[in-house]
Amino acid sequence: MKKQDFKLFPGTYLQGKWNGHKYKVIQKLGAGACGTVYLCQTFQGEKVALKVGNDSSRMMLEVNMLKKFSKVQGVKLGPAFVDVDDWKATSLKVFPFYVMEYIEGVPLSNFLRGKGKEWIGICTIQLLTDLEHLHKAGFVFGDLKTDNLLMSNSQVRWIDVGGVTAIGRAIKEYTEFYDRGYWGFGSRKAEPSYDLFAVTMIMLEMVHPNKFEKGAHPRRTLAAKLASSNDLKPYHSLIAGVWKGKFQSASEMKQALSYIVMKRAKGTPVSRKQMKAQKHSSEWGELLALSAVAGVFWGFSIFSFWI
Amino acid sequence: MKAGRLKQILLLTDGCSNHGEDPIAVAALARNQGVTVNVIGVLDDRQNEKPQGLEEVESIAEAGGGVSQIVYQKSLSQTVQMVTRQAMTQTIQGVVNKELQEILGEGKSIEELPPATRSEVVEVVEDLGEACELEVLVLVDTSASMHHKLPTVKEALYDLSLSLNARTGSNQFSIYTFPDVKNTIRRVIKWTPELGEINGVFSKLSSGGYTPTGPALKEALYAFTEKPLFRGIQDGEDPYEETGF
Ligand SMILES: Nc1ncnc2c1ncn2[C@@H]1O[C@H](COP(=O)(O)OP(=O)(O)OP(=O)(O)O)[C@@H](O)[C@H]1O
Ligand SMILES: [Mg+2]
Repeated sequence: MKKQDFKLFPGTYLQGKWNGHKYKVIQKLGAGACGTVYLCQTFQGEKVALKVGNDSSRMMLEVNMLKKFSKVQGVKLGPAFVDVDDWKATSLKVFPFYVMEYIEGVPLSNFLRGKGKEWIGICTIQLLTDLEHLHKAGFVFGDLKTDNLLMSNSQVRWIDVGGVTAIGRAIKEYTEFYDRGYWGFGSRKAEPSYDLFAVTMIMLEMVHPNKFEKGAHPRRTLAAKLASSNDLKPYHSLIAGVWKGKFQSASEMKQALSYIVMKRAKGTPVSRKQMKAQKHSSEWGELLALSAVAGVFWGFSIFSFWI
Repeated sequence: MKAGRLKQILLLTDGCSNHGEDPIAVAALARNQGVTVNVIGVLDDRQNEKPQGLEEVESIAEAGGGVSQIVYQKSLSQTVQMVTRQAMTQTIQGVVNKELQEILGEGKSIEELPPATRSEVVEVVEDLGEACELEVLVLVDTSASMHHKLPTVKEALYDLSLSLNARTGSNQFSIYTFPDVKNTIRRVIKWTPELGEINGVFSKLSSGGYTPTGPALKEALYAFTEKPLFRGIQDGEDPYEETGF
């Protein structure tokens, strides 16, 4: 909201007043509502992402979340936390900043451009895997959106943990397009199902990259957008299920999604339901067949080295 | 520190006041009475220049210890809840800062604490924001130029209740409109925990060309103080009331 009255040019050094660590600015990565993120280099020559801003309270809340979630149950969720400090600008004004792991990657939307539709399922499963860990730790991501996701080594990583909220509290940050309250699909209470709704919106965005507005009948708009996409066909009932509140946790949704994914990978369908699904969902995934053969349904690392 | 009760007036308008006492003075009075004043200036979606008179929006909120924002209709919902939330945090931070000064001495504020301590303080502020009781009196300018914006206003207020009711702490909302020929402001929704169905609330519209923002704010303030407060809460037990917020 407030305007930032500093500019950091490449080559500038920035030193913390409490911890004394020095960072060299390499380039600007992006700017948001409460700060600007720069790619920097530590004294040891390591690349890091540094966010500097005005709102010291909000930045500190982000730091608290980063610390909590850089690693949950041994799994890397957000960027790893590095440092938090204040920087005295030449104007003598003091700006809070924090430093985190630099995640080298491309925005999800760019990544998907020109990629086969099988990536819809894969990215979504990756996302659900991370959410599963976060939910188990008692938190909801909140502001889940493609802007907050980077594809790094063919793996989805989230970069902005500012919206992470303890389960049972009020969602503190959201973006309308991904917010179930906006679409009339439920409350803004931090529940795992809140994130699952956002996941379905990310899936919709994968096939409608320009997004869309809710119009006079939000639910009907969504239904129409879902129906109009061929690439999402395999997931119709899954997505509609999420909207109906059928899934209470990321694990449940992931299970249902992997069932869809596996169905097609197997050569011999075992049930009628599966056969039906196979008919309209054609040849999407030699990849998946391969992984099925390997018997590694969850080992998505296989994709990353294979591609 | 226990969660207390916050009181806010949320003024939605699209023009400058032209009648009666100075709204900035009334806002300052409200602040002194422990009521925060937030102001949102609502622009037409096609309006591409900021119309004159909207500077007042910022001044009123500043005097009222609140938050202001000028927005296009289409981002009204998100703005209304954000402004309300921000004002809550701001008020709570003010209280916490005051307490810090008592402990650490004059001139110490959250920003000046070393990061480790700051980290704990912001958690406390956030916990209070989640758990505190909140009373929001919405004051809607229904003068002629606002008429076609009222459906959006209604939607935004419903959305506000959706956001706030996700909190653990309880909420009370009421809606007043102005100008009203007889009483300056008119109550259209009395205190209620939810703004669910608010159909028809803006049906009786005023048409005169005058905008008595100051007098309307003052009436809103009276409406606040006359309100039978939450039962079961003893005055004086509440840190916000004690510190005069
Ligand atoms: N750890 C990181 N590694 C690599 N790039 C990052 C990292 N953190 C942020 N970025 C880049 O900086 C941009 C802005 O970051 P950030 O998400 O903190 O701000 P924002 O979401 O735009 O705004 P807000 O302050 O409202 O959250 C991102 O879009 C991303 O491109
Ligand atoms: Mg962000």
